[in-house]
Amino acid sequence: MTSHSALDIVVSGTESDSHTWNLVYLQLLLEGWGHRVENLGPCVAGRDIVERYAYRAPDLIVLSSVNGHGESDGLRAVAALRASRELAGTPVVIGGKLGTHGTADLARGENSPGAVARRLREAGFTAVFLEPVDLGAFEEFVGSVVPRHGRAARQALQTTPA
Amino acid sequence: MDDARPATVSRSLFGDFVARSRAAGRLVVQPRMGFGEPQVMRDGLTAVKAARATTIGTVTLDSYTRVGDLDAARKALDEGADINGYPIVTHGLATNRKLVEDLLAPDFPIQVRHGSARPQDIIAASLRAGLDATEGGPVSYCLPYGRISLRDSVRNWEESCALMTAARAHGAEPHVETFGGCMLGQLCPPSMLVAISLLEGLFFHRHGVRSISLSYAQQTHADQDRGAIRALRRLARQFLPDADWHVVVYTYMGVYPRTGAGARLLLEQSVDIAVRTGAERLIVKTAAEAHRIATVEENIQALETAAAADRRVRATGPLPADSDDLTDTDGDDFTDDPDAQEILDEATSVITAVLALSEDPGAALTAAFAHGLLDVPYCLHADNMGRTRSYIDRDGRLRWSRTGSLPFRAAGRTTDATDMTAADLLGALSRVQRSFDRAADLGVPPGHVQLIN
Repeated sequence: MTSHSALDIVVSGTESDSHTWNLVYLQLLLEGWGHRVENLGPCVAGRDIVERYAYRAPDLIVLSSVNGHGESDGLRAVAALRASRELAGTPVVIGGKLGTHGTADLARGENSPGAVARRLREAGFTAVFLEPVDLGAFEEFVGSVVPRHGRAARQALQTTPA
Repeated sequence: MDDARPATVSRSLFGDFVARSRAAGRLVVQPRMGFGEPQVMRDGLTAVKAARATTIGTVTLDSYTRVGDLDAARKALDEGADINGYPIVTHGLATNRKLVEDLLAPDFPIQVRHGSARPQDIIAASLRAGLDATEGGPVSYCLPYGRISLRDSVRNWEESCALMTAARAHGAEPHVETFGGCMLGQLCPPSMLVAISLLEGLFFHRHGVRSISLSYAQQTHADQDRGAIRALRRLARQFLPDADWHVVVYTYMGVYPRTGAGARLLLEQSVDIAVRTGAERLIVKTAAEAHRIATVEENIQALETAAAADRRVRATGPLPADSDDLTDTDGDDFTDDPDAQEILDEATSVITAVLALSEDPGAALTAAFAHGLLDVPYCLHADNMGRTRSYIDRDGRLRWSRTGSLPFRAAGRTTDATDMTAADLLGALSRVQRSFDRAADLGVPPGHVQLIN
């Protein structure tokens, strides 16, 4: 990966989840792909992220949850992030074990993985990666994120009168 | 064995029971056990007391009480909802006294285990019920879990120590166990576990606690674990000469074997490590714990398995560690034990550097984390610098791949290591599981299981 496409990524757990090894794993994964990672650790609410990054938005925010409350935690977090002026446009993704029903064959109807993912996307997540996570798809998604300075430059070009 | 210790030290119920068991040549074994319903909790304690093993009882608290959400604990009790431990603050004095009535005695001490970085209410409620043995620590109950700052955690534990020492006026003699030898459960190199365990013990002692246990959690390599415990005992003799102290070993806390035979082998290997190093007490783990709260029966089974393993190890002849405390001279190198020597060297460097920061042990701990003299690999707490990394070597030992600002240089064989990738981490987290399942299949005896790649 070339240095100009290295992203500043924030990795964070969700409000009710105290697991940490999933967050360490994500950090090593993203660092391995050449990005810079700030890891906020477990038990972080969306408002905590807003408070911390209100004046220096990262290129990407990655939330991870494995305790079964990922959907409700995630919905609250993304509402706070999207309500923040600075972070409203920042790509935010969530992944892990997001429903209380662990396996797809047990979860049908409104608890099916597809329904959970759709609700999370509708609430404002840029992408949702449910377990079992397709790492190839995640890598491809992260690779498609444009660094913030790149976005700023493009916006500047677009708004400059010809 | 007690000859080397001052006769004037008053003994806690807890410390005294452990010392008598050691003198009788028996490992004290203890479960992690907690139930919300008082009668269920009492039945569990009664069963532990009756187990065919030398046991101490455990009252593990629920997670609502741990984080101080007493309203949620109250609500759960009122609604009869599931609660994952005993809410000692919410149940109140009469219920708590009844819980341990006629059980708590010199032949059956009981420890309160809680995991809180804000434990004042818990300690006060425990003391009122006559429960003067607990565990934790300003670092070990702060960094791995909550979002409380290290500074606040230090203050909370100072206040907790004051509550405990004040209870002497009512006949208590508090015992506190450091949880520092268990940081993150896995992948923390032994020298850092030993250093934090000792520093937390020192913190308690400076704040007036006279009876202390120092923890160490089984990691990935039996020789390295034995070396760590020898180093920890050497440091305790040196830094806590006028305390009543003992060492408590925790059976592996990471990802557990899948098979019953593998889980049993891992438990038996932890007993072998504890007994051969002269450790006095063991916190057992049940195979069920990884997935759910273990039943009373599963706990009793683990305790009795550990007791049987203890007898088998002692039957093999005199233990080298029996003489360690008497013959081991503080200035000597562990010439026969490179693992113990390496861990002692690293831990001594850390402890010495930390204690040089301040006369006050809490301020020294806080400053040490701020400067990176203490830095736990993969710990995501905001007060942990996060510049160190570790890995499991091919031979199964836990090693540093990056030492950040730690006040030592990793040994030569460590320096060529590269940081773990995400895939390496997944492999490392499950390596003990795979190795013990396979070793059980092959019939490898406890004490001799080596990790496979």
